[in-house]
Amino acid sequence: MKIRTLEQLMALEQELCAARDRKPCVRVCGGTGCRARGSEDVLARFQTQLREVGWAEAVDLKFTGCHGLCERGPLVSLTSPEVFYQGVEADDVPAIVAETLVRGVVIERLLAHDPMTGQRVRREQELPFYRRQQRVVLRFNGVIDPTDIREYIALGGYRTLGVVLTRLTPEEVIEIIERSGLRGRGGAGFPTGKKWRLARAAPGARKYVICNGDEGDPGAFMDRSVLEGNPHSVIEGMIIGAYAVGATRGIIYVREEYPLAVRTLQIALAQAREYGFLGEAIFDSAFSFDLEIVRGAGAFVAGEETALIAAVEGRVSEPRQRPPYPVQRGVWGYPTVINNVETWANIPIILERGPEWFARLGTATSKGTKIFSLVGKVANTGLVEIPMGMTLRDLVEEIGGGALPPREIKAVQIGGPSGGCLPKALFDLPIDYESLTEAGAMMGSGGLIVMDDRTCMVDVARYFMDFLRDESCGKCLPCREGTHRMYELLTAMCEGRATDADLELLEELAQVVKETSLCGLGQTAPNPVLTTLRYFRSEYEAHIRQKRCPAGVCKALIRYVINAERCTGCVACVQPCPQQAISGQLKQPHLIDPERCIKCGICHEVCQFGAVEIV
Amino acid sequence: MQEIEAIIERYGAQRRHVISILQDIQARFHYLPKDALMEVAARVRIPLIDLYSIATFYNCFSLLPRGEHVIKVCLGTACHLKGGTRLVEALERELGVREGELTPDGRFSFETVRCVGACALAPLVLIDERYYPKMTQRKLTQVLARLRRARQAAEAVP
Amino acid sequence: MTKLYINGIEVEIEQGASLLEAAQQLGIEIPTLCFHPGLSAYGACRLCVVELGDGRLVSACTYPAQEGLRVRTHSPRVRRARRMLIELLLSICPSSKRLQDLAAEHQVERVRFAVRDERCILCGLCVRMCAEQMMAHAIGFVNRGYRRRITTPFDLRSDACRRCGGCLYICPVCEVRCQGVGAPSAVCGSCTPPAPTCPPVYEDLACYMGATGECGTCVRGPRTPDSHSPTVAGRREKV
Ligand SMILES: Cc1cc2nc3c(=O)[nH]c(=O)nc-3n(C[C@H](O)[C@H](O)[C@H](O)COP(=O)(O)O)c2cc1C
Ligand code: SF4
Ligand code: FES
Ligand code: FES
Repeated sequence: MKIRTLEQLMALEQELCAARDRKPCVRVCGGTGCRARGSEDVLARFQTQLREVGWAEAVDLKFTGCHGLCERGPLVSLTSPEVFYQGVEADDVPAIVAETLVRGVVIERLLAHDPMTGQRVRREQELPFYRRQQRVVLRFNGVIDPTDIREYIALGGYRTLGVVLTRLTPEEVIEIIERSGLRGRGGAGFPTGKKWRLARAAPGARKYVICNGDEGDPGAFMDRSVLEGNPHSVIEGMIIGAYAVGATRGIIYVREEYPLAVRTLQIALAQAREYGFLGEAIFDSAFSFDLEIVRGAGAFVAGEETALIAAVEGRVSEPRQRPPYPVQRGVWGYPTVINNVETWANIPIILERGPEWFARLGTATSKGTKIFSLVGKVANTGLVEIPMGMTLRDLVEEIGGGALPPREIKAVQIGGPSGGCLPKALFDLPIDYESLTEAGAMMGSGGLIVMDDRTCMVDVARYFMDFLRDESCGKCLPCREGTHRMYELLTAMCEGRATDADLELLEELAQVVKETSLCGLGQTAPNPVLTTLRYFRSEYEAHIRQKRCPAGVCKALIRYVINAERCTGCVACVQPCPQQAISGQLKQPHLIDPERCIKCGICHEVCQFGAVEIV
Repeated sequence: MQEIEAIIERYGAQRRHVISILQDIQARFHYLPKDALMEVAARVRIPLIDLYSIATFYNCFSLLPRGEHVIKVCLGTACHLKGGTRLVEALERELGVREGELTPDGRFSFETVRCVGACALAPLVLIDERYYPKMTQRKLTQVLARLRRARQAAEAVP
Repeated sequence: MTKLYINGIEVEIEQGASLLEAAQQLGIEIPTLCFHPGLSAYGACRLCVVELGDGRLVSACTYPAQEGLRVRTHSPRVRRARRMLIELLLSICPSSKRLQDLAAEHQVERVRFAVRDERCILCGLCVRMCAEQMMAHAIGFVNRGYRRRITTPFDLRSDACRRCGGCLYICPVCEVRCQGVGAPSAVCGSCTPPAPTCPPVYEDLACYMGATGECGTCVRGPRTPDSHSPTVAGRREKV
């Protein structure tokens, strides 16, 4: 069915919306996290169970995108009665159908509970994890079925596109985006409206728009969730952007490691074509546009825009000199606008609610909301969307629920390998582009990793250098050889072989790599080193001078011992030890033979009494 | 060879499609056979060295065959912090091979990946594309034992 | 024409020229390694970095001259950066004459990194020479990051290679990669040692760089152990 006019779309929207409200709805989270925990089985069980009670037609069963609270998955939410269940297993399904759906009785044990008050809550919005969030881009995640375009239309989807194509000129669209103050969500925060204006002005026989879904930051999955949970918002944003800059073709570049995102996008594109939102004369206007998917083959550097262009052209992802910028010379030399997934997903809602509405969210220089993947050593891990300007403390302590007792939070790493580690002392910093950059980190694409007192900052720096020396394209000397040398120096520190001179050399090298590298990867690669040096210098010194790892992480500098007072002699650790290094009688304190111990930590992992200590 | 021909046909013999073509070949054979690379180079008319560069540059390609089971340990930041490295060491002990290698019996390929996008459930291990969330060394040993036993059972039945 | 200022001196140069060309027009010398006027600019060695008015360091060989740009070619930051880059280069190619000379010029007196003799700085001149001038496309980069190296497909002698020796000719650190005739994984496979091993025959056949090895003398012939360079080894390969 092709939609040709705005009126036709509105009629369809009303019809779908009305149909939607008539049935009770069961939503099973189909995000990757919940799938990993078996939500596919839960869904299948719902299907058979509903059929058994004869409710298959009466209930709207959906497999939705990620809710964000992946940690507690699989998640299931019901609309009547309105209730939110966590940790649902397939075997819980019969009870949910029989009790909750049919009789309206809430199953207490499946409810989430508020860690502050200890009370069980019925709705997800009541959890502190969601209370401080402001879901704009993620508003439909966990609500709609991403494989059905009608779900998106029912909630007003593509209406904005219709309005734009029939009532606004490209110039007006660009002006609205400029006024909203939207900045790129892919890292550097370049004003999107300005980028579009440059692309519109650039001469070119043909123009392209590209969605950057490479998401190479290890430890982040924001873009994945948007693409998997609400692909049409990205597609709609790209069509609008293409109209504004005068592009006729578009590419969605998405990493192959996200097979579900690729599949969801393929379905979404086919449906958008079927409804006439892609193709010739969209909304009967003079504007034609189509999109294709290009799968990334796995390279962090491919997220850099010139490297991404190389990959799209079928070459190795090697960045090149900018200028010329992609808006001047992009794919095959044509002007190209490259924006991040989240940037594109923001476009329809800005045009729908107006730039003033958007500009009211956030701070003076950073507008709107930002999605973070909050992971690491915090109580609540998952995906959160907050207004810009919230402090790190609110994000980590309130939404994240603080440390995992008995540990204490020490720092956050923000911005992935290009970002930096910020210490607890800076937690009152508002999350906006400028504040983070000033502190030596950067917004990045939204990875936020919490670290506690059991995280060694030297080891973290070493980890990132190991990542970067491998992910660097290897083209330019400072990045290729510099990250490798920094890794060597940091390894020496972690192994207790380093001297003060090495520390000095590390700092000097980091500075030069930052200044002289060709592309953003090399230019930001030293950030993890420089920020940990700036804020956690004492940890480096402990490794170098006292040959000690304060966090108890660096293997060469630690020992495992059994605390005789805590050890109950349960022998649980004796058999798992791969070295047979643990001896002791039942009910007697055990002992680790340091000669045999290879410090694998398995005893630490299995001991239920916390008797194995790291010194 | 016919299959490769079909894969090239699917996209068209153009330079811009070579990465997609190689991805599909990799998906089909679980590695990139040398003949396949030469065939693609000849059909798309691009230098073989360019394909070889691509095949060695991107993570998802492998020039050697994979084992029966592919075990991937996530070493993304979240998983690293929560002990991914220890899982790698445990597997090296269990399998007797290093990361990136195949066990001599061809049963297990052991690889590491950097983030599979489920960081909230760190540390993760993927075995044959199935996710094992919140993995421990203990659980890993158990899963391996199960895989080995399954094979023995299969072999016991003539 | 584009007007810009290099070290405070005004210079006019045609549109599209690089900062390096502009500096050369003024006779200002900027050290380069991966640049050759006959090949496309690549920007890999970063030795030619210069400081722009906004404090950024960019490579002069690739950065386009822009109207009103202010460039400093030898500011303290630039010199400090070059020194570190040379130290890094020397740590992977300690015996190169060209690098040693550069080190002397820039007062690099020590190498603080563990030396690892790679005999290749991956400047990519040979790769561009092979592709752009010889149109052979026989060699290229493989792997990425710190595992990157230059070789032929599958490390085997390439059918595309015409044994022109262009790669050896252009190599700035020289003595690279070549394993002499007969080695199964030579980059071009053509290079007899610069001093031919077959003096009497050589005079007659003049086979150097041409039909090398055809007569077989050099393959069988006497060779001193140091008459060819060893293999580039020691890097971990992606499999
Ligand atoms: C090493 C490196 C990796 C990058 N990775 C990504 C990425 O995964 N996703 C992304 O959207 N942008 C990434 N970027 C930023 C892009 O180059 C580009 O700035 C961005 O896609 C522009 O979109 P925006 O203006 O919407 O942010 C990366 C940049 C660098 C230097
Ligand atoms: S900075 Fe690193 S990633 Fe970027 S071009 Fe240089 S080597 Fe490649
Ligand atoms: S870090 Fe392991 S899944 Fe992201
Ligand atoms: S000469 Fe300019 S980067 Fe090498």
